[in-house]
This record gives sequence, C-alpha cells and structure tokens, in this order.
Amino acid sequence: MEEQHHHHLHMPGPSEPTHHEEHIVSPKLYLVIGATLLIFTGITVGASLIDLPGDLNAVVALAIACIKMTLVVLFFMHVKYSSQLTKLTVAAGFFTFIVLITMTMTDYISRAWGRW
Amino acid sequence: MDSHTVAAQTAETAHAEHEHPAFLRHHFESVEQQRESATFGMWLFLLTEIMFFGGLFCAYLIFRNWYYPAFVAGSHSLHLWAGTLNTTLLIISSFTMAMAVHASETRVRKALIGWMIATIILGSGFLCVKAYEWHDEWVEHHVPGLNFSPQGFLHGTKDYPDDKLSLDMAEKTQVYFSLYFAMTGMHALHMIIGVSLLTILLIQAWGGKYVEGHVAPIENFGLYWHFVDIVWIFLFPLLYLISRHQ
Repeated sequence: MEEQHHHHLHMPGPSEPTHHEEHIVSPKLYLVIGATLLIFTGITVGASLIDLPGDLNAVVALAIACIKMTLVVLFFMHVKYSSQLTKLTVAAGFFTFIVLITMTMTDYISRAWGRW
Repeated sequence: MDSHTVAAQTAETAHAEHEHPAFLRHHFESVEQQRESATFGMWLFLLTEIMFFGGLFCAYLIFRNWYYPAFVAGSHSLHLWAGTLNTTLLIISSFTMAMAVHASETRVRKALIGWMIATIILGSGFLCVKAYEWHDEWVEHHVPGLNFSPQGFLHGTKDYPDDKLSLDMAEKTQVYFSLYFAMTGMHALHMIIGVSLLTILLIQAWGGKYVEGHVAPIENFGLYWHFVDIVWIFLFPLLYLISRHQ
C-alpha cells in the first residue's frame, strides 16, 4: 500500500492506466488460428476455380481475405488482448483507410461516364 | 575532479537510487509502459504502411475495371500453385513468429531461437518461390519496359485457349504486369527487410537477449511480420484468384 502511494507521487495528473495487462496467448490457440488460416486458403483457392454468378468470385475471395486478416490482427497481433489505446489506434487507422478508398472510388465512378 | 567524473558519478548515484533492468529507459515508469508505448508507435508506423499499400490496391482496382480483359489474361498467366504455396509458407511463418513472441514472453531461449530460425527459413522460402515466378515472367516476356511482348496474349494459351486479345488490349496487359511487379516487388522488399531484421534479432537472442523480460523488440517485429503477411493475404486473391474461373 505504502509502495503504491509512493509510486503515484511521480505521476502528474490523473493516473489513467496506460499499460495493458500482461496476457500470454497459448500456443494451442496460435495453432488453431494458423490451421484456420490454412483452411481458408484452401477454400479460397477452391472457390476461385468455380464459376460463380456475377462478381461473386471477387466478393467471396475478398470476404475470405478479410476474415483471414481479422484473425491475424486479433490473435497473432494480439489486438484482442491489447489496451484500449491500441484498439482505438487500429480501428481509427482502418476507418481512415476505408474513408480514403471510398472517397477515391466515389470520385472515380462519378466522372467520365460511358468513357471507360 | 573534471566534469566527466562528476557526470559519471551522478549517473551512478542516479542508478543506485532506482534499481531497474538495463533495457528499461529512464523516461518510462515501468517495463509495461515502455512496451505499451513501443506497441503504439509500431501500430502508427503500420498504419502508414496500410496507406502506402492501399494506394497500390486502389490503383489496381481502378485499372482492372478499365482494362478488364487484359487483367483477366494477365492473371491467367500466373502460376496458381506458386501463389498458393507462397500463401501457405507465409501463414506458417506467421504462426512460427507468433510462437517466437510466446517463447520470448515465457523466457525460453532455445524455443525463441528455434522459432526465429523457422521463420527465417519460411520467409526465405517465400522469396525463392517469388524469384522463380519472376524469372518465369522474364522468360515469357511479361516484364513491361524491359522485355515485354504482347504475342503471348493474341492467340490464346494452352490452359486458356479463349484468351485471344486484340493487339491493343494485349498491350494493356502491361498495366497489369506493372502493378503486379510494383505490388509483389514492394511486398518482397518488405520480406527482405523482415528477414534481415530477424537475422539481427536472432544473433542478439543467441547472445541471451529477449528472454529476460525485454519482449518489445520481438513483439514489434512480430507485428511487422504479420502485417507483411496480411498484405500478401490480399495480393494473393487480387492477382491470382479473382479471374481464375473465366
């Protein structure tokens, strides 16, 4: 108790926790995630060989890529177990990226109609 | 007593006042805070990387829409087996890298070294397959600006006899291959940097580092490695898969 009090004297302002809880992900979970990623790789290769209606081939391939990315970010990159700061940073980054892509595509499809 | 001696003595007294591991920098409160700051900084760097590769992906989407038949034919010329093999190698290397971070956290030196070596081997394997593919594309005259020829796209191929493009559209496969080499090239550069950094970390780990509570460098390298894996997770379907069935 005494030691903790002493510790706080060094910290100016409200002492919001800035560090994450130490959480060690088990090798078993890493193995499950790795195997799932390989299975999804197999599925996406298989799906690419089937002629799906419309643009569905591209949609399926990119949806599977998004699932794989989410698994890597959450578990291999520990975001699921990270601090609020890290989660907010990652989320803000992806949000900004999606805004940039969407705005660019919106601009692109709304000009030079019929000329491409 | 000259100023150097004073400075040295002050530094010594300062250290005597607060015991801490050598890797904990003085401007941090604790190892956890230092690690959290490093993770935050690493993620900010990775976000700039997302924007960088994102620009290339965006260009790819727009030009694919523009020169669609050329992009389909260009995609058909890639080896599906090579892309699949490389995706498999990278995913396994992400697993071995995650295990290296785990070994650093649980402070097992032999496991750390073993998983790092496995990651280096898998990453190098990826680069070898990529080099084979690039060589093949050189032989096929698919490299824009250096030895490109549209001939291969005019009369159909063995696997895709319907890939008969007009001369004008066959020339446009250069747009596909330009983006292909730019994207796989930038990705491979990241892999080469990754394997090099990992070799340095391996030498340091061999000397006993990163199993004494100093996890941040291994963890942040892991973040970089997984990010490079994610870029490939998107390159693989876009370059190899989405036009495969046609």
